[in-house]
Amino acid sequence: MKKFATSFVFCLLMLFTLAQDTAETEMADLMRSNGKIYVVIAVMLTILLGLIFYLVRLDKKISRLEKDKH
Amino acid sequence: MRKAWWKILSVLLLVYTFTVGLMANVPRLPQLQETIRNLYFHVCMWFAMMILFIISVVHAILFLRNNKLKHDICSRQYAVIGIIFGILGYSTGAIWMSYTWADPNNPAYASFSTIARDPKLIGAAIALLIYFAYLVLRDSITDMDKKARISAVYNIFAFAFLFPTIWILPRLLPSLHPGQEGNPALNTNDVDSRMRMVFYPAILGWTLLGVWITTLKIRINLLKEKMLIYE
Repeated sequence: MKKFATSFVFCLLMLFTLAQDTAETEMADLMRSNGKIYVVIAVMLTILLGLIFYLVRLDKKISRLEKDKH
Repeated sequence: MRKAWWKILSVLLLVYTFTVGLMANVPRLPQLQETIRNLYFHVCMWFAMMILFIISVVHAILFLRNNKLKHDICSRQYAVIGIIFGILGYSTGAIWMSYTWADPNNPAYASFSTIARDPKLIGAAIALLIYFAYLVLRDSITDMDKKARISAVYNIFAFAFLFPTIWILPRLLPSLHPGQEGNPALNTNDVDSRMRMVFYPAILGWTLLGVWITTLKIRINLLKEKMLIYE
């Protein structure tokens, strides 16, 4: 009986390891879901916000120039 | 940053376009597939171009009416940014069509001769070339008043030519480009309500961005004029 129990436990363990092999390692997968479209969104947003940041700086510089003139 | 609210609105609308435009559900169409999302980018370039050209021609007319140099500067800068949006629309269209119109067994450059004969493309190219000529004509005249007057008149001519080249001609001739039977992207058969939720804000966002860039250029040019007076 004891032998059977140990082998049963080992079988379970083996099943567990097998299951672990096949199962996907679950992570915080926001950036990797939906065919990684979020990565594209992140890249495009970075470019957009970079350009906007540049525009804002330019705007402020011109405002300063206009103040100096008057 | 003076009167910043519409600039912030533009940024918010563009961020909305870039995120929701790529994530929201779109109709599943053969051939177009995910490229239908280009509606929020390629088509908006043309809308922004058209609106900027309208502002430009309004300033040209205002200049002819009251001879204020400010209107001349505005007219020129709006035309330039309109041309930039036009070039962007043209080149994004070139990328889009080479993956949707071109024969998949035939690389884009091999079937380009058939694509390039498309009336809509030729019309858009002519319209842009007329506006290029506007810049050439303008910068070739040294006398300030003459330059402003002639370029204002030419601007009205160029604007008038937009109508046959990009509005009328492509609708008369068979074309691969959608929208021959009406207004592309505006009629309810082309674009479903899910896409319109992003499409209209996208148009507004891109147009406001164009206006923002233009106002910066106008302000720089006004400063330049003032410096000339002070010297």
